[in-house]
Amino acid sequence: MDFDLSEEQRLLKDSVEGLLKSAYDFESRKKYGAEPDGFSRAIWGKFAEQGLLGLPFSEADGGFGAGSVETMIVMEALGRALVLEPYLPTVILAGGFLRRAGSAEQKAAYLPGLIDGSKLFAFAQLEKSSRYDLGDVTTTAKPQGDGWVIDGDKTVVLNGDSADVLIVTARTKGGQRDRDGIGVFLVPADANGVSRKAYPTQDGLRAADISFNGVVVAADAAIGDPAQGLPLIERVVDEARAALCAEAVGAMEESLKTTVEYLKTRTQFGVPIASFQVLQHRAADMFVALEQARSMAMFAIMASDFEDAKERANAIAAAKVQVGRSLKFIGEQSIQLHGGIGVTMEAKIGHYFKRLTMIDRTFGDADYHLARVGEAGGVI
Amino acid sequence: MDLSFSKEELAFRDEVRAFFKEAVPAAMRQKMIEGRHPTKDEMVEWYRILNKKGWGVPHWPVQYGGTGWTSVQDYIFNEELQLAPAPQPLAFGVSMVGPVIYTFGNEAQKQRFLPRIANVDDWWCQGFSEPGAGSDLASLKTKAERRGDKYIVNGQKTWTTLAQYADWIFCLVRTDPTAKKQSGISFLLIDMKSKGISVRPIITIEGGHEVNEVFFDDVEVPVENLVGEENKGWDYAKFLLGNERTGIARVGMSKERIKRIKQMAGQVQADGRPVLDNPRFRDKLTAVEIELKALEMTQLRVVADEGKHGKGKPNPASSVLKIKGSEIQQATTELLMDVIGPYAAPYDIHGEDGSNEAMDWTAQVAPSYFNNRKVSIYGGSNEIQRNIICKAVLGL
Ligand SMILES: Cc1cc2nc3c(=O)[nH]c(=O)nc-3n(C[C@H](O)[C@H](O)[C@H](O)COP(=O)(O)OP(=O)(O)OC[C@H]3O[C@@H](n4cnc5c(N)ncnc54)[C@H](O)[C@@H]3O)c2cc1C
Ligand SMILES: Cc1cc2nc3c(=O)[nH]c(=O)nc-3n(C[C@H](O)[C@H](O)[C@H](O)COP(=O)(O)OP(=O)(O)OC[C@H]3O[C@@H](n4cnc5c(N)ncnc54)[C@H](O)[C@@H]3O)c2cc1C
Repeated sequence: MDFDLSEEQRLLKDSVEGLLKSAYDFESRKKYGAEPDGFSRAIWGKFAEQGLLGLPFSEADGGFGAGSVETMIVMEALGRALVLEPYLPTVILAGGFLRRAGSAEQKAAYLPGLIDGSKLFAFAQLEKSSRYDLGDVTTTAKPQGDGWVIDGDKTVVLNGDSADVLIVTARTKGGQRDRDGIGVFLVPADANGVSRKAYPTQDGLRAADISFNGVVVAADAAIGDPAQGLPLIERVVDEARAALCAEAVGAMEESLKTTVEYLKTRTQFGVPIASFQVLQHRAADMFVALEQARSMAMFAIMASDFEDAKERANAIAAAKVQVGRSLKFIGEQSIQLHGGIGVTMEAKIGHYFKRLTMIDRTFGDADYHLARVGEAGGVI
Repeated sequence: MDLSFSKEELAFRDEVRAFFKEAVPAAMRQKMIEGRHPTKDEMVEWYRILNKKGWGVPHWPVQYGGTGWTSVQDYIFNEELQLAPAPQPLAFGVSMVGPVIYTFGNEAQKQRFLPRIANVDDWWCQGFSEPGAGSDLASLKTKAERRGDKYIVNGQKTWTTLAQYADWIFCLVRTDPTAKKQSGISFLLIDMKSKGISVRPIITIEGGHEVNEVFFDDVEVPVENLVGEENKGWDYAKFLLGNERTGIARVGMSKERIKRIKQMAGQVQADGRPVLDNPRFRDKLTAVEIELKALEMTQLRVVADEGKHGKGKPNPASSVLKIKGSEIQQATTELLMDVIGPYAAPYDIHGEDGSNEAMDWTAQVAPSYFNNRKVSIYGGSNEIQRNIICKAVLGL
């Protein structure tokens, strides 16, 4: 048993944190957010240069063959700096599908652009009625010739506005909530019949509602078995959940740090408010919540390599519960301890709160996963 | 980063598990499962079984009878013991006064006391708290005056756990009334059979007798029973309390209780179905399980850190273990209350430990719930733990 990072992992951590420290303070983030894509292409280029975009891919595929711990290191750092760039949709989600189930041709066609930063991706999965159920899919992919025609509407597709390539879940057979009959398709965002309505999200990211109207794709657009895609989707989404847990840990850690600093500098009643024990103990409870979440994020990262799908899903669901509960407490109390300034756009703390709140709602919130863990018979 | 046990560690776990399976006396195990208290004789018998196996004082240095286990092995041993379930080595001797004696005591004290602690030939109790000195322990007033080769001790200790069984008590006493708070305190070993000691029971909220008041009226204590230097007792106490906190997460115990809760909630019916199938109960249970899983990981992080940086160094994360560990222990007793609902009411008036063996398992559920309020108070209350986090971690 060993919770320490290897020498190489430590170097990775130093280099990501170094980059973000020099290029991603809160003021810079505001500037990046105002750029046309809602993030900085220049920063994305730096991620590519540092090898962050190629991290999880095998060396044969042009990547670095890194594992889940490296993903955790990066995501935690991105969370700490509240990064806007689409690492999750591009590297974790789209990258996950290509890495795990892409054919040699698909990898050759898409990975080089992903890894060098020239191509952006998005995962078009959520629908108006699917909520957190990955198997609830109404978008259809019907065979036509030796390809497919895709019809349906997706919503809140993260990075959906600037993505070059969409990874779309669509039903090839069966009813709306059947586990069987779901496929995963690569669709160029500029294909005929794709229309996008873009908007910013509450936490300052970008998303889009995307409609597919008779979108024709070739047979080789399908990733994996087009009739049995759900286990693949579950696996990749589990990895994304674990990555989100790590991002949340980074954001919670920074929230607590910022709040503790504020307590030491803000004076009321002639003393720093840090001298009030009620606030001290709140901060201590935030620390406890953070450490519990960190422990479970580590557990999730480890679990994302479990081969047993049930065990993996259950462990990651449990982590998402703990992280969801911790982030709510830390997020809300960070604002509370800042007083009025905490509810302003101007203060950095509120942006952490908003990102944390949206992380909870991405791929299942705490209550959703609590029920799943309960149905699976618990974690003890 | 590798969060799994090594092959050797797994083999060790199997060995420990197999031993407990066979060696824990069945009657005592059943009492532990039901949350009832084993008798003194049952406990002593068990401690001697452990000691015979060479596991009486596992984490002591080898030269004093310890095992030389790694931090991970210590952890596995404790976990398996709690899962068995069986009583852990008697903390007052094994985790508290023993380490103080082998770290700060003289050769004669080591030879005289350590082997008897390991075999529980002496039952020790802890005389720290006083009516006026709880969280603020250093305000203690019990005084020891040096007269020739004796100290004369006068004062009162309280909350003394299982003093009614004890042969010896280790006490913090004031030896220099003029010195500032922490500086005038000494660490004395006192024979409970000494003239002038009287013990009065305190009955805890559920009706049990586990704590006592201990009065000292001109008690004579030979100076050779002073540990270390006079007026340096506070340093030894701090060392001792540091050891107390790390074992306090009780992850194994809570896991064992969760298993029991599931078993009982699967049997007890409410509205025509097992309580376990009630979604509101299920959510509460699952939430506690997840907190416990998280605590287990947190505990492993602390254990791994100890393995790397040495066992002695106090880790401020142990305050997290205390806070969460106690909250979870309390939550497990609360869940069992939820399982039995109105059948928690009958009060068992028989038996000095509040456990009438004629009544069924439900009789012990409410007492456990009531009694477990203690776990967030003793061992440094949870508020004191928050103060520690603020000071040691957050710099507040
Ligand atoms: C949306 C909004 C609208 C408002 N509208 C008005 C308005 O119209 N007119 C107006 O005059 N004001 C207005 N206010 C100001 C409001 O009254 C103050 O925000 C409030 O008094 C708190 O002061 P503060 O924000 O400076 O926080 P601080 O006083 O700096 O408090 C920071 C933190 O310290 C805690 N704290 C402070 N003192 C103690 C203590 N002694 N013990 C324990 N904890 C302590 C607080 O609870 C808080 O958690 C508004 C505020 C907001 C957010
Ligand atoms: C079942 C049981 C067994 C025990 N066994 C032993 C034993 O064997 N030997 C022994 O020596 N002692 C023993 N104790 C005593 C135990 O260590 C004390 O109860 C503990 O130190 C708390 O002291 P107190 O009860 O006087 O509470 P107080 O210190 O009076 O505390 C009352 C409340 O105030 C809070 N508080 C106190 N100080 C602060 C602060 N600075 N900041 C914020 N909040 C604060 C506390 O958290 C608590 O909520 C036992 C206690 C119990 C309940």
